[in-house]
Amino acid sequence: MRHLLSSADLTRDDVRMLLATAAEMHEVQRRDVKKLPTLRGRTVINLFFEDSTRTRSSFEIAGKWMSADTINITGKGSSTSKGESLRDTVRTIDAMAVDCVVMRHMASGAAHQVAQWVDASVVNAGDGTHEHPTQALLDAYTLEHRLGDLEGRRVVLVGDLTHSRVFRSNAITLRTLGADVTLVAPPTLMPSGIRSWAETDGLHLTDDLDAVVATGPDAVMMLRVQRERMSGGFFPTPREYTVGFGLTRERLRALTDANGDAVICHPGPMNRGLEISADAADAAGSLVLDQVSAGVAVRMAVLYHLLAGEEVAA
Amino acid sequence: MTRADDTLPADPSDASGAPRAVMSEPDVARALRRIAHEIVEHNKGADELVLLGIPTRGVELAKRLAALLAEMEGAEVPVGELDITMFRDDLRHQPTRAPMPTRIPSSGVDDRVVVLVDDVLYSGRTIRAALDALSDLGRPRAVRLAVLVDRGHRELPIRADHVGKNLPTSHAERVMVRLAGVDDVPDDSVSIGLGETRAGAPSTPGGEVR
Repeated sequence: MRHLLSSADLTRDDVRMLLATAAEMHEVQRRDVKKLPTLRGRTVINLFFEDSTRTRSSFEIAGKWMSADTINITGKGSSTSKGESLRDTVRTIDAMAVDCVVMRHMASGAAHQVAQWVDASVVNAGDGTHEHPTQALLDAYTLEHRLGDLEGRRVVLVGDLTHSRVFRSNAITLRTLGADVTLVAPPTLMPSGIRSWAETDGLHLTDDLDAVVATGPDAVMMLRVQRERMSGGFFPTPREYTVGFGLTRERLRALTDANGDAVICHPGPMNRGLEISADAADAAGSLVLDQVSAGVAVRMAVLYHLLAGEEVAA
Repeated sequence: MTRADDTLPADPSDASGAPRAVMSEPDVARALRRIAHEIVEHNKGADELVLLGIPTRGVELAKRLAALLAEMEGAEVPVGELDITMFRDDLRHQPTRAPMPTRIPSSGVDDRVVVLVDDVLYSGRTIRAALDALSDLGRPRAVRLAVLVDRGHRELPIRADHVGKNLPTSHAERVMVRLAGVDDVPDDSVSIGLGETRAGAPSTPGGEVR
């Protein structure tokens, strides 16, 4: 494994190995001395052209706990604000002989493109509305931690599918692990082409959240309504979205009535009161903070497998 | 092992190329019993001891030693597992693998006498990594090393306190420890063959694999 660009690049064995590694890294997180010498002498650049709290900080912590030198570069503070092109920026960074570029960019496919330009390993930490593979891995890790093997488990992804890279990566990884995946969204927020993807990969599609909740799924993952990517017209009012597709107090009750062990995920940041009610976010079955905690362990596993192994002849 | 007889290099220890048994089930049992006695003798009892096995076979050996100590001294000696994957100095020379679990007994290792347990002592690099891993987990009063087989060829100033069997080998040879309960075998055994794989022990003579 040289880059991690898409969840689709990971076989079931790859995912299994990354999650098994993450489980051991999670142990390290509970120690007094949270430091492994594994990536000593390696340099990891976090290149973030979009805002991020948990992804960037967890990559930074993951690198530091494995003794890599991590440096953060944000779009705003970098030469891109002086008009430098993405290609020149990443080639400049690559010329400093860094080992890994963790990149978030607002353009879909940016990480793939950058991987062509640099010698360093590239980790896609979110590219536009395309993919966010480490989020999918940490969600899978969190779900497995609580539910056990995901083979045959019923996971529901709800919300803004059109703009969600989290959903795309999650749907792929969950299918790779054999979970039964249902997608729920208003028709206006179903991305084009989703029907043929759903048919090929065996995803279920619906716009009736109540009906899905009543079947008592094992996990419900609420996606953030990405207002910064919307230019109006996707739904009439926020209130109307909440009524149809929010995990409201009433739906939470319906969910726990149907399956008392059902868990709730949200990749964050949450719009409380829009796609998820405070009751659901803070419910006993809510794994929101477990997801964050798993984020560091999963990213340690990713950095380890990308950077520690045998040098591949170029 | 796979090479035909006539292509074998002159090797005083093994003319046939087939693995040669050097320890049988009773030999392993006797060696472990002696090591258990030595540990108790050296430590003047079983108090304060913690056994940490290095995966995979060291863990099984540590459990067996704990059972022997319980039988001999009636003492409940805590057993743990210490994985060294993330501490290896040859990470860049082999594909990554998922680490094995590290489980430290609830008693911790601070101010305890930790006995590291492994199957084969060779270059000493595994033990070097284990000492590094251990130092992140606490500060033992003392650390000792027990191994089933010491095959020589140390590359670091490390020695074992308790050795089941000293086994002179050449670099080209491979020491194979098979334990019931870990490997798919009915009986424990230790044998020497000519190494051809890089898994576990190094293969190339004088190579820097580990």
